[in-house]
Amino acid sequence: MSTTAIDVHAGHHHPKGVWPWIMRWVTTTNHKDIGTLYLTFSLVMLFVGGALAWVIRAELWEPGMQFVQPHVFNQMTTVHALVMVFAAIMPAFAGFANWMIPMLIGAPDMALPRLNNWSFWLLPFATGLLILTFFLPGGAPAAGWTMYPPLVLQQGASLPFSIFAVHLLGLSSIMASINIIVTIMNMRAPGMSLMKMPMFCWTWLITAYLIIIAMPVLAGAVTMLLTDQFFGTSFFSAAGGGDPVMYQHIFWFFGHPEVYIIILPAFGIISQVIPAFSRKPLFGYAAMVYATAAIAFLSLIVWAHHMFTVGMPLGGQLFFMLSTMLIAIPTGVKVFNWTATMWRGSLTFETPMLFALGFLFMFTIGGFSGLMLAIAPADFQYHDSYFVVAHFHYVLVPGALFGAFAGAYYWLPKWTGVMYDEKLGRWHFWLSTIFVNLTFFPQHFLGLAGMPRRIPDYAVQFADFNMMSSIGAFGFGAAQLLFVWIVIKAVRGKGEKAADKPWEGAEGLEWTVPSPAPHHTFDTPPVIK
Amino acid sequence: MKRHRELTFKLALMCVGMFGFGFALVPLYDVFCEITGLGGRTAGEAQQVTENVDYDRTVRVEFVGSLASGAPWEFRPTQSHMIVHPGKLYETHYFARNLTGRPLVGQATPSVSPGIAAKHFKKVHCFCFTQQEFEPHEGREMQVLFMVDPDLPEHIDTVTLGYTFFALDQRS
Ligand SMILES: [Cu+2]
Repeated sequence: MSTTAIDVHAGHHHPKGVWPWIMRWVTTTNHKDIGTLYLTFSLVMLFVGGALAWVIRAELWEPGMQFVQPHVFNQMTTVHALVMVFAAIMPAFAGFANWMIPMLIGAPDMALPRLNNWSFWLLPFATGLLILTFFLPGGAPAAGWTMYPPLVLQQGASLPFSIFAVHLLGLSSIMASINIIVTIMNMRAPGMSLMKMPMFCWTWLITAYLIIIAMPVLAGAVTMLLTDQFFGTSFFSAAGGGDPVMYQHIFWFFGHPEVYIIILPAFGIISQVIPAFSRKPLFGYAAMVYATAAIAFLSLIVWAHHMFTVGMPLGGQLFFMLSTMLIAIPTGVKVFNWTATMWRGSLTFETPMLFALGFLFMFTIGGFSGLMLAIAPADFQYHDSYFVVAHFHYVLVPGALFGAFAGAYYWLPKWTGVMYDEKLGRWHFWLSTIFVNLTFFPQHFLGLAGMPRRIPDYAVQFADFNMMSSIGAFGFGAAQLLFVWIVIKAVRGKGEKAADKPWEGAEGLEWTVPSPAPHHTFDTPPVIK
Repeated sequence: MKRHRELTFKLALMCVGMFGFGFALVPLYDVFCEITGLGGRTAGEAQQVTENVDYDRTVRVEFVGSLASGAPWEFRPTQSHMIVHPGKLYETHYFARNLTGRPLVGQATPSVSPGIAAKHFKKVHCFCFTQQEFEPHEGREMQVLFMVDPDLPEHIDTVTLGYTFFALDQRS
């Protein structure tokens, strides 16, 4: 059992009784505790969002109306997206940031621990507000997660609730971002220059800036929706001189950076995992940093590729098409560098590496379909079809989510002090990989054949691929229960005891502290050579 | 600690600035649309034109009318389309009827698609320039005088003029 740190604090970190136990978690300002809260919350939300996806896939099992009314179906797609983006994936990476960034840079905690507590505890309330709308007259938001007016303004009682929920979720991620930037800028151990930081810190630093730039713009857009509906303004109402298309511009000014807010931390995790299991340092570290910054910058000027079909001058279409394609260059640099890291490395394929490799292959598939969508004339065919659904699920599920799984398996021994069950971990990987492809690959064909997204019923020629996709979705969801079981086992200490550095090829300060990491680490800063 | 506070303050300021930027996009978008004609916006007042007819070219102009949701009107174009020569002045009408038993004031907002055609679509007279007063159950035709500019890009052979009609006290 690890050192004195835990014993010394045993009194106030493991209190007796239910109420003190609750209050310990409610009032904690410890970065590891808050990281755990974030990760647990996001895992729960993964299943909430997953349950909604199951309803969607059950309804699409065969043509015709099966289980839910179209209006309920629309609520499912809308809330599934909002929950997965704002309550599952983003908090998951915030959890990684909280747990790992102080340990990666040799800091004792996050710079602003109280703000940290607050930014987490906003989340359950914001998400609760969103989910409670299911019980309102008219149900939950049903106009799509993009909340386009005028449709969204017709959705009934849920509108102000969903807007406040978005406000709170945005506020939470903004506060977390401020905290991360201040921590990284001010609290690195002596000798840890920016260009010596682990890649995960770099990707999160850049992500945090993107959040600060993009999230307030979303807050502004939904605030305008609110005032249009309740205070007589006409930002998006043509009747009063506004323009609904302007909402799309403002929304996607946020929306495109948002996709990089989701994926960049996953890039960071992959950049930690691949070198560890290749037993080689990351190839082209500086290039990786610059590529990440370039992606972030470009993400701010490409938003209108989501709206080629609203009608744009040729010059506008060309600009947004070419700038979007430009992103493939820094992204290509990253994929190249990960591959080059493995080149002639002595590879082993433990679960974190499997997920990292899965990420590498399948994220790239999503990247390529993104390039196809970037071609403005072709986009008129793909727009709002299942091809788009296939594209963004490839970058989000075997992309971002697999990145999170890679990180979870990689650092689980450090968090829990025991090795997770390697055999089950591999099962989890292979089942997830098979089912995720079964779910989303056929959707490419559906989209190319003309099946529109956001519909509860479809023409019979789409039946076979839809059934395949539904089978995949049920299997993928069930496979995630395996992950929960693996985590519970590790948390309960069932497993081989983990060494301080359980991965032979891993580098970094987090492996210099005991496993499990004591409640307080690096109270005296480490020396960086 | 002081370093933390300074940086936190700067970052918070950046957030506030970006929140403001979202709102600044509204006037920026208007200016942008006026310059480019993006969004199908047409001038809100009568435009001066000189006839300079291009008899070698025809353009199909289609008319659509729609109602703001819940507006108590009947509203439609009197003809579905016209074949016009660029540079020549034409006249068409839209019909509106007040379906209620009380006087109503309505106004129409025009839009032209494709958006690129908007600045080449000149309205010399339009019922959309002014508010339209209707007695209970009154119905009448309202005039539009328009010209398609000869500068209309070559590849455009169809232009759609649409109006959304709404009651003035009803700003949805
Ligand atoms: Cu985008």
